[in-house]
Amino acid sequence: MIQVNYRKISHCLLRFGFIVLLAFTTSLSAQEGDPAKGKSLFNANCAACHQLDKKMTGPALRNVEQRLMDEQGLDREWLYAWIRNSAAVIKSGDAYANKVYNEYGGAAMTAFPQLTDEDLNNILAYTAQEKAAPTAPAGAEVAAQTTAASGGISNEIILGAIAILFMLLALGLYLVNKTLRRFAEAQNITLPEEAQRTPLWKAFVQNQFLMLVVSIFFLLASAYYVYGYLMQIGIDQGYQPVQPIHFSHKIHAGDNGIDCKYCHSSARVSKSSGIPSLNICMNCHKSIYEYKGETSPEYSKEFYDGEIQKLYAAAGWSDADQKYTGESQPVKWVRIHNLPDFVYFNHSQHVSVAGVECQTCHGPVEEMEILYQDASLTMGWCINCHRETNVNVADNAYYEKIHEELSKKYGVENLTAAQMGGLECGKCHY
Amino acid sequence: MSSNKKYWKSVEELNENSSIVEALKQNEFVEEIPTDEFLGDKSTLESASTTRRDFLKYVGFSTAAASLAACEGPVKKSIPYVVQPTEIIPGVANYYATTIADGFDFASVLVKTREGRPIKIENNTMAVVNGHANARVNASVLGLYDSLRVQSPKKNGASISWSQLDDEVINALTKLSEDGKGIVLLTQTFASPSTAKLISEFKEKYGTVRHVVYDAVSESAALNAYQNTYGERALANYDFSEAMTIVSVGADFLGDWQGGGFDAGYAKNRVPDHGKMSRHIQIESNLSLTGANADKRIPVTPSQQKLALAKLHSLITGSNVTVDLPEAIVSAVESAASELKKAGSKGVVVTGIQDTNAQTVVFEINEALASKAFDPKTPIKTRQGNDKDVAQLVADMKSGKVGALIMCGVNPAYSLPNAADFIEGLKNVSLSVAFSMKEDETASEAQYIAAAPHYLESWGDVEMKKGHYALMQPTIRPLFNTRQFQEALLKWMGNDTSYHDYIKGAWTDSILGENSFKKALHDGVYVGQMNLESEESVESNESEEPSEETSSGNAAQALAASVSSANGLELTLYTKIGMGDGQQANNPWLQEFPDPITRTAWDNYLTVSKADADALGLVNTYVANGALNSNYAKITVNDVSLTAPVIIQPGQAKGSVGLAFGYGKTKGLKAEMQTGVNAFMLYRDFNNVQSVSIEPVAGEHEFACVQLHNTLMGRGDIVKETTLEIFNTKDKEHWNAVPVVSLNHKETPVTSPEVDLWDEFDRSIGHHFNLSIDLNACTGCGACVIACHSENNVPVVGKTEVRRSRDMHWLRIDRYYSSEDSFEGDNAKKEGISGLGSSLSEFNEMEGASENPQVAFQPVMCQHCNHAPCETVCPVAATSHGRQGQNHMAYNRCVGTRYCANNCPYKVRRFNWFLYSNNDEFDYHMNDDLGRMVLNPDVVVRSRGVMEKCSMCIQKTQKTILDAKRDGREIKDGEFQTACSAACGNGAMVFGDINDKESQVAKLKEDNRMYHLLEHVGTKPNVMYQTKVRNTTEA
Repeated sequence: MIQVNYRKISHCLLRFGFIVLLAFTTSLSAQEGDPAKGKSLFNANCAACHQLDKKMTGPALRNVEQRLMDEQGLDREWLYAWIRNSAAVIKSGDAYANKVYNEYGGAAMTAFPQLTDEDLNNILAYTAQEKAAPTAPAGAEVAAQTTAASGGISNEIILGAIAILFMLLALGLYLVNKTLRRFAEAQNITLPEEAQRTPLWKAFVQNQFLMLVVSIFFLLASAYYVYGYLMQIGIDQGYQPVQPIHFSHKIHAGDNGIDCKYCHSSARVSKSSGIPSLNICMNCHKSIYEYKGETSPEYSKEFYDGEIQKLYAAAGWSDADQKYTGESQPVKWVRIHNLPDFVYFNHSQHVSVAGVECQTCHGPVEEMEILYQDASLTMGWCINCHRETNVNVADNAYYEKIHEELSKKYGVENLTAAQMGGLECGKCHY
Repeated sequence: MSSNKKYWKSVEELNENSSIVEALKQNEFVEEIPTDEFLGDKSTLESASTTRRDFLKYVGFSTAAASLAACEGPVKKSIPYVVQPTEIIPGVANYYATTIADGFDFASVLVKTREGRPIKIENNTMAVVNGHANARVNASVLGLYDSLRVQSPKKNGASISWSQLDDEVINALTKLSEDGKGIVLLTQTFASPSTAKLISEFKEKYGTVRHVVYDAVSESAALNAYQNTYGERALANYDFSEAMTIVSVGADFLGDWQGGGFDAGYAKNRVPDHGKMSRHIQIESNLSLTGANADKRIPVTPSQQKLALAKLHSLITGSNVTVDLPEAIVSAVESAASELKKAGSKGVVVTGIQDTNAQTVVFEINEALASKAFDPKTPIKTRQGNDKDVAQLVADMKSGKVGALIMCGVNPAYSLPNAADFIEGLKNVSLSVAFSMKEDETASEAQYIAAAPHYLESWGDVEMKKGHYALMQPTIRPLFNTRQFQEALLKWMGNDTSYHDYIKGAWTDSILGENSFKKALHDGVYVGQMNLESEESVESNESEEPSEETSSGNAAQALAASVSSANGLELTLYTKIGMGDGQQANNPWLQEFPDPITRTAWDNYLTVSKADADALGLVNTYVANGALNSNYAKITVNDVSLTAPVIIQPGQAKGSVGLAFGYGKTKGLKAEMQTGVNAFMLYRDFNNVQSVSIEPVAGEHEFACVQLHNTLMGRGDIVKETTLEIFNTKDKEHWNAVPVVSLNHKETPVTSPEVDLWDEFDRSIGHHFNLSIDLNACTGCGACVIACHSENNVPVVGKTEVRRSRDMHWLRIDRYYSSEDSFEGDNAKKEGISGLGSSLSEFNEMEGASENPQVAFQPVMCQHCNHAPCETVCPVAATSHGRQGQNHMAYNRCVGTRYCANNCPYKVRRFNWFLYSNNDEFDYHMNDDLGRMVLNPDVVVRSRGVMEKCSMCIQKTQKTILDAKRDGREIKDGEFQTACSAACGNGAMVFGDINDKESQVAKLKEDNRMYHLLEHVGTKPNVMYQTKVRNTTEA
């Protein structure tokens, strides 16, 4: 029992110590906040309307606490109240609150009652961070790389040495030969004359059979290439036109992992996948006004930012005022995937019903800096896929009966699109 | 042994010394080739800088350049919305309920729009009244994209702004109103409660306003009769689904009689059900669509119609009227009367005679019968024109009493018989404004043309029948700088509300009660309990002078007395189902639509009976390329005469002739559409019956007639028919036997597999589409033809091409006349022909139709044969069969050999002889950017040199299947539709999946009446017909 008491005491001590430690750490962070946590909180909650260094739907927030303290004499408590329920602060008649409210066009800030003091401290710690210095120019890195890459120098030296050796050898042989001839001449030894042979090309021309074979070969070869040329007329595989706005699918679908159907939403329900209207672009680009991702010498940050400005001009968005000017003009994209008029193709059949990945036909779009036509889009290509692909019948009441009957008829487990009737002319041509 | 015969080429060779013979021997061309014409001008030739070498260089270079350029694909642009409207998804159609109300056609319809463009009109199945679009309404969508529309307001031909027009009109109206000069609104029938309210407010504002309602084709007599009897200016309503015995005296109620829309009710009782179907007796002069569908048709002249009606009245109500009629007609009327009496409340009498007494007589007969089909309580509101007011207006205009004339929806300078007076009067009017979509005859005479929108761009409301309302909503933003009449009235009254808000206000105040406007707008129709008396009718009620009270029998006596002794021929002016009153004359679909009776497109013509034609020297001839020609007839009414071509019409009553309205327009339409003659010139006193004299005029008129083989020649298995009596009493084998062929000297049904050339393909899995066409319910109205046209981008080829039998209709409605009195008689006669002696002359006789023939309609499209003859002969396999029963046609594969068309027993394949789109030689809607907006983006526009045909609307069945797949559900019966089956308001065409055993079409396939066209050929079609049953039982 005594032991137990002891243990209890030690427990209490431990617990006490832990609480003290905990209290100490929390009080520490209450003062300072964790900028890293703050960043993720900021991005999750605030970034839709605020940026650190740029006025958007709401004001820029870098050093907001310091600024408020210096300019308005408002403390952290005021910020807590504002963030948790700005409407109440405005209602209370707070002068600065009303000023800000009116300045931003009477758009009330969303209330965040769920954010704890700690969360807010973290966010404020993040906003209090100094602006990071611009990174070193990319050119320096490239230069460094080229100097580092010159490690294989010994190879070239060896090769050079061998080459010189061979040249010396050849020279030696020539000199020996010359000397020997001179000896022979001096001793009056006649060297045997080489027999005069008919030149190779003459022999070739004289051999009629060979001529026939060769000309047939050339005819066949040229026919092959002419046929190949003719057959690719009208097939625009690899067609990669210059678009009015440099839209990078790599950045959107690849780096940022945006679902294809977020922008091409009508692919779910319509025959056409739809080119997104500019208001879809502006859903994100209202707050994404600059490019922060990887750059290359060809596509610099300035280049991408310029393209975003083109979008703003087309959508009629004034980034400075955070307002639509109403002066918009549609973007004339160059159409890449062109099917002839006599083919009916329906995206929703393939995307929604069959569940085909967009990449199956459009290729690795998420890697394409400039979009191009990946598939040939010929009828043979369509048919091939219909022959190889099974119909997606899972959980689809439409297919239940027909699939059961047809698979029994064909004696297969899963029907291909072709067996379902996907090769019939009239299914695509009407 | 060689012959010593000398072949000579011309008589000239007999003359030994003929110089011509000698010259011909030496020279291929007798006359010297006139090279001087292009080589003679030496100076020009020499001064030309282009040498022959240069010329060849240019030719070579341009050929090379063209072929190089052809290898490079064109750059196509895709332009998305800046802000995409939420309701629009590119590639998905939206449907809007709206209403057409052009003063002649009133119907509740659904409009299919794609990417914001209306492309097709469909039936609004929610509508209780007028929910079925006829051929004209189906075609009306094309009017929206008419390239000749007025695109902005105009003053004396020059474009002006609306604000200028407003200012000038308001100033003029204010001044006129201060001076006490009359302001007249001359409009079509709007039947619109909101417009009526608006006009009454307009009257209050300007004081001296008079509203004259003008229907180009008048129903004034019927309106007056109804008003005299029931106290309201409207038309009595009839519900033919309640009638088992129908007697019509000159009423084309399957056509445009009283605004049309009666066919669905009529068709309901035409299909034998439990051995019963209605009996229909038609007494008429012209062979109308209604007469063609009648069980018994009695051809009489218009004045005999009146006497027959009076006689009918006396027989039923017992009134005392004596009439002087031929014996045959009297006995026919007597038997009709006895049938009506027997039917009692299930009988109904209707008349189209434009005579107040005749209409009153009909009311009396129907009341005496206590007819259930006769419905005077919910009268039709869609005709409100008043002849007297219009006549008075023209007189006032001439005498300078009218200060301002504001017109909307009317074209009196074309449609008035005294159009010249009207135009003269218009010059005396100080302000004339015409709301018009076209610079037509009237608009071009008016000072101001107020560019009016199409109904698909307008707001509006209609009271179809009392208490039955419909709403009109825009389905596209106005294409041009137009403004509708009502909107302008509001503006001129200084009222800034939009017409939409105005309608909404009016509806919420007095029509809807507690119901939601949004729902009414969504449905397009609303049936109210409210008794909304439109201002219009009240007023015209007052203006009408009290009519003499006629007790029972008086009207009939007056009717009989009004018939003067016949002198000369009687002309009945009528409207064709394709053209109506001519508002849509610039619509190429309607111009090319063959009239159901004469099967002639692109024309109107004088219809004459054979006997009269022979007497007058009028002839129809067939020319070598299989086209129909005629000479002309000069038609004279008093001092007005017209020269029109002639069609000898079987069934036309001897002593009567007919001529259709709606043609002969000269302004506001393309040159190709300026067809026919203007019958309104003969429409004296708004009387559609005129006494005329006719003289033949030499000349040759070329018709575009698509069917010259008028009779079946006794081949009764093409249109199978029987009588109700046989149908009820005998086995199917007797009246609808499956044809047999001889196999090992045994008669074997053609349906049996032993006599089949092909192996049967298993079609029991998946869908198997079939289309059933009930020949009893089909009235031949042609709505399906136009619906097919608009759904499938069928091109218009023009009159000369139709004459060469190159019409492109995927769906045609064959019309056959019997050569004897009945088709039964034809069959018997053919059987009786021995093959010896007189067979040639007897067959010849059978080519001609009887004087009063039986008529049969048969819609024929691709029959989608399971054993299709076309598929086996195609050298490139461009036409093939799908598992779902459709005969596919891959246009891109077709090389145009036309073997398939030759091998098709049904002659339903159509060859694209030319490029019909983007071709100035075919300057119809597909030749301009505006007109091409009507094209269905889901169906390809075929190019030159390929065969095309009905696809059984595979784009529609595929869409239905895809929708179901996407929703993950099974497909219900009725979801599958073709354009024609969806357009058929009569239920004659039923489409569906016969593998769904519960479907209507699967049941129809097992029906005793079912047969396949040319079954003995063994093609196993997927289109079936239901045997026509005629109720010939004289009760």
